[in-house]
Amino acid sequence: MAELKIPISAKDHMQGNADAPVILVEYGDYECPHCGRAYPMIKRVQKHFGAKLAFVFRNFPLNQIHPNAEAAAETAEFAAENGRFWEMHDAIFENQESLGLEVFLLLTEKLKLSSAGLRQALESNKYTSRVKSDFIGGARSGVNGTPTFFINGNRFDGAPEFDELVAEIDGRM
Amino acid sequence: MANILPPGTVAPDFALHVTPDQKLSLTELRGRPVVMAFYPADWSPVCGDQMALYNELLPEFQKFNAELLGISVDGVWCHEAFTHDRHLHFPLLADFEPKGGVARKYGAYREADGICERALFVIDKTGKITWSYCSPVAVNPGAEGILQALEDLKK
Repeated sequence: MAELKIPISAKDHMQGNADAPVILVEYGDYECPHCGRAYPMIKRVQKHFGAKLAFVFRNFPLNQIHPNAEAAAETAEFAAENGRFWEMHDAIFENQESLGLEVFLLLTEKLKLSSAGLRQALESNKYTSRVKSDFIGGARSGVNGTPTFFINGNRFDGAPEFDELVAEIDGRM
Repeated sequence: MANILPPGTVAPDFALHVTPDQKLSLTELRGRPVVMAFYPADWSPVCGDQMALYNELLPEFQKFNAELLGISVDGVWCHEAFTHDRHLHFPLLADFEPKGGVARKYGAYREADGICERALFVIDKTGKITWSYCSPVAVNPGAEGILQALEDLKK
């Protein structure tokens, strides 16, 4: 069974408590339609388990087929540096139909962050290596496509559906 | 599943079309590691993901100075359209005539279906297979095995 090779650390974006009995990791691509469908499902799973579940999101943009995926990931990293990762993560998925620089700038302004700052970060590839390192770590852990989930370090090979994911997480509680 | 060539075997040579007017042979790549990824068909959804993944990992393969080759029984024009559509930046070989001839030599041909297995081979710079893996045909084997095998070559 494929296992998470990169341990969870302070560098990760995590919702919930690192001491939670179960940590769910998603490798995702903001432009991937399957990840878009998984996004509200994950919210339900988080609600279902409450404080017993922590959730980590890592980047796995397939840039050659999703031209906006890299910039989307870097936009979320830019927001992260300003302490707003999850708001941006959510906003990007909620606007998945219209991704592009214009939307990234708009969402940045909505979060009262500097759109000029974002523009500069994207142009200077400030977060490219961070995103790349997520990607390589994912590939080394057996991420073959998106979304790929790991439950307490073990790859979840079932369908990315609420019932299946909940059953699997229940088994680890 | 097929009995693919195991590690330790000398990789059978071949010369296959990579473009309508260009052929590539394995011996041309002597001196550097080669990753061969046999896959069933262009356009089928799982291969799409698999090839898209490898496409993104090209810089990583290049760190090992490795050459990645995709190979299926699809013809050159089909490969060309697929490459263009998916923005692939590595060669796809057409094991087209005789159909599956190279796949057969590697034990990676599905006689009943007339397509390649989803089989991976890592070949060292001397032309010897050092790692091979055959995945169930519907399962994307990913890249972790390849990356590990390339890393092991350095040892």
